[in-house]
Amino acid sequence: MDYIIILIAAVFVNNIVLSQFLGICPFLGVSNKVSTSVGMSGAVLFVMTIATLATYLLYEFILVPAGLDYLRTITFILVIAALVQMVEIILKKVSPPLYQALGVFLPLITTNCTVLGVAILALGLENGSLLKAVFFAVANSLGFALALIVFASIREHLELANVPKGMKGVPINLLVAGLLSLAFLGFTGLV
Amino acid sequence: MAEILNQKQNFLKGIVKENPIFVMLLGMCPTLGVTSSAFNGLGMGVATMFVLIMSNLVVSLVKNQIPAKVRIPAFIIIIASFVTIVEMILEAFVPFLYEQLGIFIPLIVVNCIILGRAEAFASKNNVISSIIDAIGMGLGFVLALTVLGAVREILGSGSLFGFKFVSEDASTFILFILPPGAFIALAYLTVLFNKITSKTT
Repeated sequence: MDYIIILIAAVFVNNIVLSQFLGICPFLGVSNKVSTSVGMSGAVLFVMTIATLATYLLYEFILVPAGLDYLRTITFILVIAALVQMVEIILKKVSPPLYQALGVFLPLITTNCTVLGVAILALGLENGSLLKAVFFAVANSLGFALALIVFASIREHLELANVPKGMKGVPINLLVAGLLSLAFLGFTGLV
Repeated sequence: MAEILNQKQNFLKGIVKENPIFVMLLGMCPTLGVTSSAFNGLGMGVATMFVLIMSNLVVSLVKNQIPAKVRIPAFIIIIASFVTIVEMILEAFVPFLYEQLGIFIPLIVVNCIILGRAEAFASKNNVISSIIDAIGMGLGFVLALTVLGAVREILGSGSLFGFKFVSEDASTFILFILPPGAFIALAYLTVLFNKITSKTT
């Protein structure tokens, strides 16, 4: 039951992009085509799950016992940066097709604040366990994927719309994101 | 004289021509996430500006010692150290703000403005220019966040920096302090900013 609540909360109620404002850069940056946004979502799902697994273990079994939890930010960002590099190298060797699909997006993920944000948020879960933290990461990356893909689909249609001159480009995209966020506000109180 | 003029331009570019928020769209997460009031916006802006100045200072000092291949991880460590310092200072002295900003304080590390300035400016220029660049960029960021926070607070809760100027039971546009208001307010502010800057240049 706990897990269903985490899933619904992360995907709809507290959507990581539209209500928590993490990962706005890729949300605005790689959302001009549905196909690229699917690739980005896949890469985020992959990296976020592994990163949360690694940082959770690091925090619980090394930093906390050693009394070094104030080093959380520094160690997490280093682990994430190293992990992204490693994932890139391993994927290239093990699964070239997957590397082809996700390759371009992997380097971008280091500076994607969703990964660091979710790794830190996962530490604060109630009755936290490793399984719960990893599930939380998966749920949040699904929420990211949903927001990104819906937004990209709207933007593809927007290309054909007649937008007032001053609103072209960034402002209209922000407005669309605002309306999308308003729609997700309707899920408030669901869990 | 030319030197001083150059530094003046170097300083001003961050505020108007290359404003990190309205023009370059960097560091959008904290911009949207913490600006539900002018005070939060200002606090976040100042915290980021501190990290930006210190990291630009250190990066420009050690730029010749860092091998080019590992420069990005090295910059990240420098930035993360200052973020940890900011985190501790805020927790100790302004616990109220620390609680309000929450997750966005450690996330200053991945704010693209800071890494962007370290890579694009401080790693190529001398210490004084780097500090001036950081102050200009930092002020541009602080101004953008404070204005956005002020607009959202005025419309959303009828107050500014916590001083209420409508009666307690007056109905305000609550939408503006909720997440959608952040996107909508920033969209219209960007239009306004573009309109003003396109007129003056």
